[in-house]
Amino acid sequence: MSWTKQEMAERAAKEIAPGSIVNLGIGLPTLVADYLPGDAGVWFHSENGLLGMGPFPFEGEEDSQLINAGKQTVTVVPGGSIFDSATSFAMIRGGHVDLAILGAMQVAMNGDLANWWIPDGKMMGIGGAMDLASGAKRILVLTRHVTKTGAPKLLPACDYPLTAQGCVHRVVTDLAVLDVAGAGFSIVELAPGVTTEEIVEKTGAPLVDAT
Amino acid sequence: MNGRHRDKVRPDVADALEPLFDGARVMVGGFGLCGNAEALIAGVVDRGVKDLHLISNNAGNMGLGLAAWLRAGILAKVTCTYLGNNQDLHDARASGAVDIEVVPQGTFVERMRAAGAGIPAFYTPTGVGTIVADGKETRVFGERTYLLEEALEADFALIRCRAADPFGNARFWRTARNFSPIMATAAKTTILEADALVALGEIDPDDVHLPGIFVHRVVEVLDHDDPFEYRTTREKKA
Repeated sequence: MSWTKQEMAERAAKEIAPGSIVNLGIGLPTLVADYLPGDAGVWFHSENGLLGMGPFPFEGEEDSQLINAGKQTVTVVPGGSIFDSATSFAMIRGGHVDLAILGAMQVAMNGDLANWWIPDGKMMGIGGAMDLASGAKRILVLTRHVTKTGAPKLLPACDYPLTAQGCVHRVVTDLAVLDVAGAGFSIVELAPGVTTEEIVEKTGAPLVDAT
Repeated sequence: MNGRHRDKVRPDVADALEPLFDGARVMVGGFGLCGNAEALIAGVVDRGVKDLHLISNNAGNMGLGLAAWLRAGILAKVTCTYLGNNQDLHDARASGAVDIEVVPQGTFVERMRAAGAGIPAFYTPTGVGTIVADGKETRVFGERTYLLEEALEADFALIRCRAADPFGNARFWRTARNFSPIMATAAKTTILEADALVALGEIDPDDVHLPGIFVHRVVEVLDHDDPFEYRTTREKKA
C-alpha cells in the first residue's frame, strides 16, 4: 500500500502550523489547501502577487486576471491583498513566508533540491522556485518516492541542476515521511502497509536514525 | 523646450509605439497571459521592428500574447523566468533562433527594481550554488553566501493597466499587476495601455499603484481578449 496523491496532500497539510503563511508550488502541492480545516488561520501566498489566496472560483465567476502562479483561476479570501512582484518576492526572500511546499525531481540527503530542469529533457524554467527554496523559512517537498521508471529521487547527491543548496527539511512521498538528516534520510512515518525494507530499497541514500 | 511629462496621451497604438527601434530592449508586463498589453503587443508586430531583446516572465503561452513576437521572428533575445508549456519558446530555444536567458523570478524583478531605483547591483541568496551563479561574484555576509546580481534596464516597457490618467498615474486590476509597475521604473520610455483613460484627480492619490513620473506615453484601448490559461472552477454545493 501507499498513499494516493490526495492522501499525500492530506499528510502534507498536517505539516502546516495554524496561523502561518504558506506558499504552495505548482502541481501536486496545490492540492494541500483542500485538507486544511477552515479555522486554521493559514494564509496562502502566491508569488505572482497575492496573499490570501482562496479556492477555485464557482463556475461563471472566473476572472482571467485573478490567477495563481500556476496560471489557474483562483479567488481572494476576505483580508487578502494584491501587490506587485517585487513586494511578493520581498516576502519570500526576506524570510516572511513560513513554509513552502514544493515538488522535486531529486532531493539530496544534505537538503539540496533539484526541481527545474532535467538536462536533455524539456526545460520548464526556474520561475519562483529558486527564490522560494532559498527564502522560505521551511521547505517541505511533496513528491513520489521514485520516478516513473522506478529510479530513486532521494539520493546522496543530486545529478540534475540544483534549485538551491541544503534547503529541504522534510519530504512527504507516497510511501513515507522522511527528514533530511545529513548522512542520509530518517523515517518520520511510514504509509500504511509500507515496510522499512521497502524504503531502504527505494531510497538512493542511506537511512539513518533520527537525531 | 518641453519636458517629457506633457502631452502623454496618444491617439492610437501606432502613435504610442512611434519611438520603438530595431534592437531595442523591451520589457512587457504580465504573468503569462494575465495582464498583457494586448494592443501594444500586436502593434509592435505591425510596426515591423526587428532584433528586439524581450524581457518578460513567460514570453506568451498557447500561441497567444508574446508568442506572436516569436512567430514573427522579431526577437534576438529573451530574458524570462519560466518556459513551462510555451511551445513557441521551446521551439525558439531548440532551433537556436533566439538567445534565451532564464533567471529566477525574484532576481528578475529585483534586477528591474534596482535599475529603476538607481542601484547598479545587489546581493541575493537566490541561486547560490546553482548554474545561475556561474561567472558571478559571491560574498559572505554573516554566515551566508550571497550572489551579486546586476540591474536590468530597458529602452521600453509596455504596460497594461485598468485605469490611467493623462499624467500616467495608473491602477491595476487583481493579479494583472505583477511585474508591470516595476518594469515601468526600469525603462527609459514606458508606454501604458489603459482600459480606461480617466481625468486627473479621478484616481485618488492614495490609490495610485504606479505614479505618472514613471510613464511617458498613454493610449486608451477599450477592448481586450484577456484569455484564460487554466480555467479552474469548483462546484457549488447544494
